[in-house]
Amino acid sequence: MHGTRILDEADRLMTVCNSCRYCEGLCAVFPAMEMRRAFSDGDLNYLANLCHSCGACYVDCQFSPPHEFNVNLPKTLAVARAESYAAYAWPQVLSGAFARNGLVISIVAALSMAAFILGFAALSDRGVLFGVHTGPGAFYKLMPHQAMAALFSAAFLYAILALIMSVRAFWRDIGTPIGGRADGVSIFQAIRDAGELRYLHGGGVGCYDEDDKPTDRRKLFHHLTFYGFLLCFAATSVATLYHYLLGREAPYPWWDLPVVLGTLGGIGLIVGPIGLFLAKMRRDPALLDESSYGMDVGFIAMLLLTGLTGMLLLILRETAAMGPLLALHLGAVFALFITMPYGKFVHGIYRFAALVRYAQERRTAA
Amino acid sequence: MGSKYDVLVIGGGNAALCAAISARRGGASVLVLEGAPKFYRGGNTRHTRNMRCAHDAATEILTGPYTEDEFWEDLLRVTSGQTDEVLARHMIRESKDILNWIVEQGVRWQPSLGGTLSLGRTNSFFLGGGRAMLNALYLTAERLGVDVVYDAEVTDLVIEDGMFLAARLKRPINGETEIRATSLVAAAGGFEANIEWLKQYWGEAADNFLIRGTPYNRGSILKMLLDKGVQEVGDPTQCHAVAIDARAPKFDGGIITRHDSVVFGIVVNKHAQRFYDEGEDIWPKRYAIWGRLVAAQPDQIAYIIFDSTVVNSFMPTLFPPIAGQTIAELAGKLALDPAALEKTITEFNAAVRPGTFDHTILDDCVTEGITPPKTHWARKIETPPYLAYPVRPGITFTYLGTRVTKEARMLMADGKPSANMFAAGEIMAGNVLGKGYAAGMGMTIGSVFGRIAGREAAKHARN
Repeated sequence: MHGTRILDEADRLMTVCNSCRYCEGLCAVFPAMEMRRAFSDGDLNYLANLCHSCGACYVDCQFSPPHEFNVNLPKTLAVARAESYAAYAWPQVLSGAFARNGLVISIVAALSMAAFILGFAALSDRGVLFGVHTGPGAFYKLMPHQAMAALFSAAFLYAILALIMSVRAFWRDIGTPIGGRADGVSIFQAIRDAGELRYLHGGGVGCYDEDDKPTDRRKLFHHLTFYGFLLCFAATSVATLYHYLLGREAPYPWWDLPVVLGTLGGIGLIVGPIGLFLAKMRRDPALLDESSYGMDVGFIAMLLLTGLTGMLLLILRETAAMGPLLALHLGAVFALFITMPYGKFVHGIYRFAALVRYAQERRTAA
Repeated sequence: MGSKYDVLVIGGGNAALCAAISARRGGASVLVLEGAPKFYRGGNTRHTRNMRCAHDAATEILTGPYTEDEFWEDLLRVTSGQTDEVLARHMIRESKDILNWIVEQGVRWQPSLGGTLSLGRTNSFFLGGGRAMLNALYLTAERLGVDVVYDAEVTDLVIEDGMFLAARLKRPINGETEIRATSLVAAAGGFEANIEWLKQYWGEAADNFLIRGTPYNRGSILKMLLDKGVQEVGDPTQCHAVAIDARAPKFDGGIITRHDSVVFGIVVNKHAQRFYDEGEDIWPKRYAIWGRLVAAQPDQIAYIIFDSTVVNSFMPTLFPPIAGQTIAELAGKLALDPAALEKTITEFNAAVRPGTFDHTILDDCVTEGITPPKTHWARKIETPPYLAYPVRPGITFTYLGTRVTKEARMLMADGKPSANMFAAGEIMAGNVLGKGYAAGMGMTIGSVFGRIAGREAAKHARN
């Protein structure tokens, strides 16, 4: 017996799959399973986070429903995965956030923050809010750079701390049988596997979305989202360096590095999340974990909102709309930060940890 | 969907799809009638995993060469010579090309990985298994414009003087209850799921058989063809039968109900008596004989009995072993006579001679002075908990079929070839496999003769 009903079901399926093994060439889940004969809660959470939900094992399985063995691994592991996020969340009192409607939480957080910034600006000088500001330092008319930096650093550092604590708990639980620290080679391998979404390829033909015809659509939109996010993060980092090292203040001209990075990233963060959302809407319900729908859509919405407000800000920054747009953009980014440890964002962190563990296991077994 | 097709394919497995694709690539219009619903499409192909093909050199997926002669020797050995040499050698030659042809149809191979199967040299494994292979073939067939209808039960074949005219249907398709076609490819499998038919040869014992594949393999097309003058081939009592878990479902338990633990213990019948040398031979022969052995036991039930020392020596099993701290407790759970089981095990243990255990070779662990002996891998059963798997005969496929030529053309009872009827797959496997089996041969027969049948059927239709 396991901690939850879904883990009991995952255990049952692992027993079926381990006595079949036809899927062993499809992804990392099955070779990892074959290294075990019995499955602890940690093992099952590890396998659940190793699963990329490509759906190939469902379409290829002779025992998937309506067969009486009722083998639906993608859905079962999706539910187990969502539950594992809450199980390892830090601090534990906030683990309930995963279960609630992520979309509402994120939007409320974003709007609250935007309202706060607007209020902050309005209190100091009404004219500032709807004024037209151009040239270096224009953004800081709304809110002084130091206040902005302090606020966002605090939110960001908190997110990092909470994520580190959560993934530490996860890593400890999935650590058997080899335990110990992650090694460099395994981490490098995991970076490559995660970077190319190696296991979202259905064994080579693509991912199964709405039916049994595989496509590469989800992989493409995921890449756009992920690399869009990284580019935006890089843009912010470069801008921070510009500010402190070179003393150059935002906004920067369109051809400057932070803007170029942010523009490319912004396009990714608009096209990617929309594509992922449409793919989710079209996906075969048999493969979907409806219970985490709110969390998934909430995260997609926050990424889209971040990308959209950022791009609008770039286009309209020399108009009177700059003030409200900047407030909205900062609100979105702030909400993204503080909800990170309690929303779909963690899937990337846990999956990466699972990939490191898998690379390590393979090396130990070899 | 037209009213008349060039080629009608009846069946929906590997052979049927290879025939449909090859006929379509040959320029014919093709209709596939699959008797099962979509989920169960493909008959036994659903449960297969690999294909045995001759090849002259190692490849990315195969560890070494497997020559035509070696394939032929293996076939000769498993069938004890009950094979049509001309057809068999032709199939083996064609199998070399099938390895690549099947990939061109979208099927993917996987590098030989773990598991307990030591087939990396001779057999190629489908990535994702047999259903993945089927999915790829169906996608390709549909992309090429082959029409496929599921739940399409054929109730009669109109055949005159060895010439196929039409197939009658249980339910109309596009308003038609009769499908006419210029050529027919019958690729509708054997009759292993037809218990009534099995009883003709096995008697009431067939009620206790479990069928490893779908309940749709009822042999109705085979029966119609034989009734209408197609020459039969193969021994109707021959079937591929392995010992599978007695707790498995009646149909479609597939691969995961098998047991590979026989060599690690002993096997007793319902009277707690051993009845065959559990250490006779290495895999895969030991795997393929136990179905028939159990079928010959009272009530068609047997129990593999072993102890806790070997529990991790074989593949994990779907059903957990039944356990007892003492032999008597285990016997009670199996509804065997405790005294009889204790006596059997005590006598067996006393007969075990010391040796060096190695289950990968025919080792020197033997018994002395008991009947039947255990000639290899004999070790005492003495470490509780004692464990058991109940097993029954699990029927994979039957051997009775239609006689064909090298062109996959059916032969009529009078010895004349049919003008336009071809057969491929299990329905004609008996031409090549008179008895016995070696892993992956069913798929070889299906793909090779399916491709030939489709090509020849299209050629006939275009003439």
